[in-house]
Amino acid sequence: MAVVFEKPKSLIDTAMHYCPGCTHGIIHRLICEVIDEMGIEGDTIGVCPVGCSVMAYDYFACDMIEAPHGRAPAVATGVKRALPDKYVFTYQGDGDLAAIGTAETVHSATRGENIVVIFVNNTIYGMTGGQMAPTTIPGQITQTTPYGRDTKTAGFPVKICEMLSALDGVALAQRTSVDSVPHIRETKNAIRKAFDNQKNNRGFSIVEILSTCPTNWGLTPVESMERLRTECIPYFPLGVYKDITETEEKK
Amino acid sequence: MKGNEALAEAAIRAGCRCYFGYPITPQTEIAAYMAKRMPKEGRVFLQAESEIAAINMVLGAASAGVRAMTSSSSPGISLKSEGVSYIAGSDLPCVIINVQRGGPGLGGIQPSQSDYWQATKALGHGDFQLLVYAPSSVQEMVDMVIKAFDNADKYRMPAMILADGLLGQMMEPVSFPEIQNNQTYKPWATNGHGNKRPHNIINSLFLQADQLEKLNFERFKRYEIVKEECPEAETYMTEDADIIVAAYGAVARIAKSAVHRAREMGIKAGLVRPITLWPFPSEIIKKSTENAKSILVTEMSMGQMVDDIKLAVECKIPVHFYGRTGGVVPTPDEVLNEIKKLGGAQ
Repeated sequence: MAVVFEKPKSLIDTAMHYCPGCTHGIIHRLICEVIDEMGIEGDTIGVCPVGCSVMAYDYFACDMIEAPHGRAPAVATGVKRALPDKYVFTYQGDGDLAAIGTAETVHSATRGENIVVIFVNNTIYGMTGGQMAPTTIPGQITQTTPYGRDTKTAGFPVKICEMLSALDGVALAQRTSVDSVPHIRETKNAIRKAFDNQKNNRGFSIVEILSTCPTNWGLTPVESMERLRTECIPYFPLGVYKDITETEEKK
Repeated sequence: MKGNEALAEAAIRAGCRCYFGYPITPQTEIAAYMAKRMPKEGRVFLQAESEIAAINMVLGAASAGVRAMTSSSSPGISLKSEGVSYIAGSDLPCVIINVQRGGPGLGGIQPSQSDYWQATKALGHGDFQLLVYAPSSVQEMVDMVIKAFDNADKYRMPAMILADGLLGQMMEPVSFPEIQNNQTYKPWATNGHGNKRPHNIINSLFLQADQLEKLNFERFKRYEIVKEECPEAETYMTEDADIIVAAYGAVARIAKSAVHRAREMGIKAGLVRPITLWPFPSEIIKKSTENAKSILVTEMSMGQMVDDIKLAVECKIPVHFYGRTGGVVPTPDEVLNEIKKLGGAQ
């Protein structure tokens, strides 16, 4: 019988600690598919954040580093500068990348640091049990916004792709989602483009992936996907916010 | 050569491949020197967006297996403390330079030794130590940077050069060794497994209490070896001394002048100078003060080294203290006056 679907080689064959219905598993898989297709597992170093994916080093078969909260882009900078011929990516959540690590995010982007940043945005702090994230949508109920996020006191969500696309050092800023097969395919293509950018020394690439958190959203996995479509995507529109290869092609 | 520039050149000679810095007085010459020299050597200089980012870049470069360094001054070192704890918890080697200034808070920009406690007891959360070297001349800064890199690699731990604004800004003749390129073999480095070995993980997270305890036990076993092999101190005219001054860094030079003058006046004074502040050279201090009647600790702080001296001599000899702080440097006359007071009291 012909094998038509396999686990990527660079994804370690082990049980994951993620909750049922969480989309981290899909995103891990997509990254590993790209790593396998490019044949770069042995030349790749991944940097995990603090948050739900803190233990991603147990799932990726390439060399892995666990960074302090928010500092993954600085750690990745250190690795990439020391080993410019290797591939370096960070895997970060919204609290890590868009709150405590905002400075590291913005400055690695503006330096045009030749790394890939995978930004998993599920609009909530998952690991600590569901508190307001910098990307929590106005009105969204969390442990620390029990009456819904009130923009008068808690301000507005941070829109990372929109923000970073204004910076000259950024090669790719794209927001995708994993709520449907077409969107999952689109996400994989974006990740591939980001790694290709690194291969071609184009600079900083970020793929922001809208993701779910059934446990802390208090929804079933199916309802979570529905929320992703009806609430998250309208607030954080999908699309390519910056892609220097497009402008290069036009020239 | 200026102290700060000597520190930077010494790092290059020691094979430092990556330097990550952020401007702060009185150590900025280190970054400026590195910016000029590192690219010419084909190495990495990067001005980070903050001290926090700089220490985390060091974490990344150290994980990649290369010699990496950052430098700062007191308030900046506080910002690095998170990263230092992670570096220690991940058993990574690196060198951190602190050219101390007065504190707390923004403090001042004049020389100080008031980060002694921070460097030797608690540069970050958790159970860990760093090697701490306290130079007292520009030449010693050079020698210690090289030793710090070697021992950081050997024991897989961060090492600090605890200098001060006086040493950083001082100019003295200095000689350098040739550039070394003996990068230590680091099988644990996350530099890409090349499909030749299992994947390496650099990590300080261990959710199982017994696993974390085991790792801390192992780390402290390594510290026991460091305590055996690394303590260093200078003793000067201590054999027959009644009063022994204990001082480190730039203050030890001032204290030495005072000891000279005391001897000229017929007071039997001596000096003991810790060179490593962690591991603290307790045995050397204990032995060299065996016959003394009293000890005078003198520092540019409110007396942060006093307890370590008391512990070293097991409180068998009275330990006195004279210090200036906030950026004020004690004069040899001031130290001499204290020696005379104690001499007269015998």
